[in-house]
Amino acid sequence: MRASIVKVALWAYAVFSMAPLIVMLLSSFRPTSEIFDRPIGPPTGFGNYVKAWTEASFSTYVVNSAVVVVGAVLLGAVVSLLAAYPLGRRQFRGRGVFAAYFVSGMTLPAHLGVLPLFYLLEGMGLVDSLTGLVLVYAAGSVPFNVFVLTAFFRQLPHELDEAAALDGAGPFATFWHVMLPLVRPALATVVVFQFVPIWNDFFYPLVLMRDEAKLTLPVGLTHFFGQFQNDWGTLFAGLVMTTIPLVVLFVLATRQIVAGLTAGMNR
Amino acid sequence: MALGARRGQGGNGSSYLFLIPALLLYSAFVVYPLFTGLTYSFFSWKGTLRDSFAGLDNYAGLLSGSFLDQLLPALGHNALLFAGTMLVQNTLGLAFALALSRVRRGKRALQTMFALPYLVNPLVIGYLWTLLLSPAFGPVNALLKPLGLAMPWLGDPDTALPTVIVITTWQWVGFPMLLFSAALGGIPQEYAEAARTDGAGSWQVLRRITLPLLKPAMATVTILSFIGSMGTFALVYALGGSNGAPAGATDVLGLLFYRTAFASGDVNALGTSSALAVFMFTFIFGSTLLLERVLRRKA
Repeated sequence: MRASIVKVALWAYAVFSMAPLIVMLLSSFRPTSEIFDRPIGPPTGFGNYVKAWTEASFSTYVVNSAVVVVGAVLLGAVVSLLAAYPLGRRQFRGRGVFAAYFVSGMTLPAHLGVLPLFYLLEGMGLVDSLTGLVLVYAAGSVPFNVFVLTAFFRQLPHELDEAAALDGAGPFATFWHVMLPLVRPALATVVVFQFVPIWNDFFYPLVLMRDEAKLTLPVGLTHFFGQFQNDWGTLFAGLVMTTIPLVVLFVLATRQIVAGLTAGMNR
Repeated sequence: MALGARRGQGGNGSSYLFLIPALLLYSAFVVYPLFTGLTYSFFSWKGTLRDSFAGLDNYAGLLSGSFLDQLLPALGHNALLFAGTMLVQNTLGLAFALALSRVRRGKRALQTMFALPYLVNPLVIGYLWTLLLSPAFGPVNALLKPLGLAMPWLGDPDTALPTVIVITTWQWVGFPMLLFSAALGGIPQEYAEAARTDGAGSWQVLRRITLPLLKPAMATVTILSFIGSMGTFALVYALGGSNGAPAGATDVLGLLFYRTAFASGDVNALGTSSALAVFMFTFIFGSTLLLERVLRRKA
């Protein structure tokens, strides 16, 4: 008896948890007049998406967001990978200090440096530029990336370096031919974990971007909401378009994430 | 560590070469702005031009009448958000974790559905709920109208902040649930069985065995909730704009900082907002350390 009450309560909450997202999805396929008529109803067509994509600047926002995320995640991953290799596998003076310097960034509130950052970028001509955003996000991803990748490098069997050295490989050849192929699962973890916060970030572009043609999705969304206030169907379509890439990423990458995490644990 | 350090060949030079790109990027765009921001707060500013050394004047300015009238309510709202998160979201998360530990069929599906809103951008969440809660056309009020409960949830200063707490809970409840679930999974079954053979009822098992063993997980959840509540920005921006509408009822530190820095029109905006940033960091970091010490103390 009590067990079944608990079960009903759990499923009731599941409905509460899912309902807003389902309403969002359904409404994005319904004309605004129908939504105003009846808040909940069956989907009827793709008109809202066409409108959000063409009349509103969603095509621009999506492309800008994609460019920034891909650029920042790649740049952040590459520089962190390079740094993590000596930190995790080689002995050199100052190694502990460098490791601490990078990892301390995980506790620093990077947002609080936003004003000097603005003037720094302004001096470099990088305010209102996607390159500027890429640099900021890539730099922000360094502490977490270095932390994860260093731990991963450290766990690879040390016979690898010895074998490579016996074959006459220098540090760069060892890194490129031996380490890089092995570190791939951890790299996938890093990429997936950075993608979401960068895709979602609102604060930096709010401060650093003014030009409508350079906006990424989150700030674009605020403009879009002002512009289409009363066109709810289009608004819902915009919300769905902002959300979908993350859901797709999670569906596609769940295996990679789990593989990356367990690969780190099993050794 | 020591073992790891002995691995690999020597060769200082090439190791540094590997470090250079990350060092440059991270130092220029993370470390330098943070420390420069700290120095900004000790000068008075004329627009973007540094004027003169101001000592602690900018900090004193935070406590002056007109600014304090914004700072205290904003800080209070952050505190209420934290209290609400603890009381509603984390209690519910714990209850779900306990209930789910006894469910066999459909456990994974339920967990996924509870946690799904967490995937969605806070800005999207804010706008979505603005539409759902709209007094005129929103489905929530359409459902509540027959019960006589329809009202402008986000438009009334009295209900706005509690509504923000409900929305935050809706988005984040999966997070304490998953953390508590993991912690529950680590408690050996034998403890509860031994207590039961000694005649303990299920309530006693919960109070005397399960909950005490969950203390470390509770500490983690509390600290992360505190940091989250203090840093909230995008959700409240979407719900009430940069002024924390209605009537500043949802104003928080993050919005206040944004307004002070970029929308105040104050000549000394740089000085004041930098001081505010340093104050926020010190307050959040200090409180976190304090929480950490209190919560992790061995009883």
